[in-house]
Amino acid sequence: MKNNIRAKAFFAIPYISWLAVFVIVPIGLLIYQSLTNAQGHFTLANFHEFITSSVYLPMAFNSVFYALIITTITFIISFPAAYVLSRLKHRQLWLMLIILPTWINVLLKTYAFLGLLSKSGLINQLLLTLGFGTHNLLFNHVSFIFVAVYLELPFMLLPIYNSINEIDTDILKASRDLGAKPINTLRQLVLPLSINGIKSGIQAVFIPSLSLFMLTTLIGGNKVMTLGSAIELHFIVTQNWHMGSTIAIILILAMAVTMYFTRERGKQK
Amino acid sequence: MKKIIPFLSMMIVIMAVLVLGQNWLAQINKPPIKAANTNQVLNIYNWGDYIDPALLAKFTKETGYQVNYDTFDSNQALETKVKQGGTHYDVIFPSEYLVSKMTQEGLLAKLDYSKIHGVDNLAKHLLNQKYDPHNEHSLPYFWGTTGIMYNDQVFHASQLNAWGKLWNPEFKDQLLLIDGPREMLQPAIQALGYSLNTENQAQIKQIFNKFVALGPNIRGIVTDEKKQLLINGDANVAVTYNGDAQVVIDANPHVKFLIPKEGGPIWTDNMAIPKNSNNKKAAYAFINFMLNPKNAAQNAEYVAYSSPNQAALKYLPKSITQNSVLYPAASQLKHAQHYNNQPLRYFNEYNEVYLEAKTKVSLSGGLK
Repeated sequence: MKNNIRAKAFFAIPYISWLAVFVIVPIGLLIYQSLTNAQGHFTLANFHEFITSSVYLPMAFNSVFYALIITTITFIISFPAAYVLSRLKHRQLWLMLIILPTWINVLLKTYAFLGLLSKSGLINQLLLTLGFGTHNLLFNHVSFIFVAVYLELPFMLLPIYNSINEIDTDILKASRDLGAKPINTLRQLVLPLSINGIKSGIQAVFIPSLSLFMLTTLIGGNKVMTLGSAIELHFIVTQNWHMGSTIAIILILAMAVTMYFTRERGKQK
Repeated sequence: MKKIIPFLSMMIVIMAVLVLGQNWLAQINKPPIKAANTNQVLNIYNWGDYIDPALLAKFTKETGYQVNYDTFDSNQALETKVKQGGTHYDVIFPSEYLVSKMTQEGLLAKLDYSKIHGVDNLAKHLLNQKYDPHNEHSLPYFWGTTGIMYNDQVFHASQLNAWGKLWNPEFKDQLLLIDGPREMLQPAIQALGYSLNTENQAQIKQIFNKFVALGPNIRGIVTDEKKQLLINGDANVAVTYNGDAQVVIDANPHVKFLIPKEGGPIWTDNMAIPKNSNNKKAAYAFINFMLNPKNAAQNAEYVAYSSPNQAALKYLPKSITQNSVLYPAASQLKHAQHYNNQPLRYFNEYNEVYLEAKTKVSLSGGLK
């Protein structure tokens, strides 16, 4: 028994040291930076500026707004897709096709979209042959949301698919035998039973969407500003690490709030 | 457990083979510098792809110094590396604002002009600027300016010959701007006729408002992507450096470059010697080597930026020296201004204006 505990402690060493070096120390440094100014004095001025300046609060609302849109669209696409997918014959193959693009580096996929959306790109060529003429598809809010949804889709679809897949098909059959309409089965059985998958999907999409920064530059042409792009600017361009850290801390808090509201409930073991 | 251990050992063996293989490849590609004493080594820290490699071989042949050549990709990287002091570079290539910053921080050695030959070859209009009065710490290596490139199938030069014309409604959703605090605000500053280094509060406020008014015309605020966008005809007007414009023009002859009548900002990248250099003798030998007109010409042909070395121009093909993109006429540079290093307070103020203006423009765009 005692040996067992010791073995457990031993095997926990890599994990705990990883956590310490790559999670706890960096967050500690961020907190320290956010609470100091350029002279190294402790101050709350950074947080005060975040709340009072005309830059950061609108930017924060903007980020949450975009993240909500991206999450909603990915959910609207993913839920029916996951439902259909779990009913298909060769579902391993179909699933593979969804996972496959995630093996490609995000930056490469983004550059591919630069080509697709450009004036001489595939989409504009298609529009032209269909008689709609060419349009400026790059550097606007719609293209930003479109590409973000594309990139985030697998992270919403997979957890929902897994939880729908776990639902016992006998329950669904029973519901049909007892005369429930498909819409009722969906609302009263499938949705509640897959709620944990939906929650993890929302976590996996909403939180990264809050801090997208590469897309805002490449696809949004910097005409979309999120908190993520503000952090990047402060660390790289303006070299104001204190303000950058403050925004990062606020993002971490926002993340914690999201996690709290989408946590798994009522699953006592 | 039984399965994990063979698996882990296999991974370790594979990694070891990869590391050894990589070392072996590096060995055969680049023979290590055999320098018995450090007096025979010159350590250079330069921007990536910013010298003709043949010149380095020629330098070693002429002077006997072995060259240890490292590259960086931003002024910040250069500053950090020299400041930390772990490395001892002998010649570095900071941009002008960094020259004054590093001078203030005491990182640059004062140049001894008795050891330098060929300063007279350098263009007068690039010397003795505010960032380094009397060039006490640096000498220009390459230079360039900012102007506007446009597609002549869509727009005409007369529509763009002043910075203020960028505000005209015909450019709605057309303009590409350079991403950077001072670079992005520069058209607004010059349209208002202010100094690029203004520290006047009222003027900075006006610059902010002027920039926000440009919002509807802005297509995007980008860095290197604009080259491809102009080449493809995806965008038709961009504020840009002349060196970048030349790359675009070579690929798409419909793109033209002009400098508006108020002039554009001039930048220089400079040669300087850090204070902690271990081999100043070699550093001076290298600076003299690069000031030699023939070497400067060879370098300018390779790098394809504008050389400050006037005496070098006669060794360059006419197609280069008569190209008004890379070598604008003196009349076009009459009003040109240089960026100076800003005191921290104004540096932060410009950054705030930059961030706020950018946010405001992005918010006012709304959902299209």
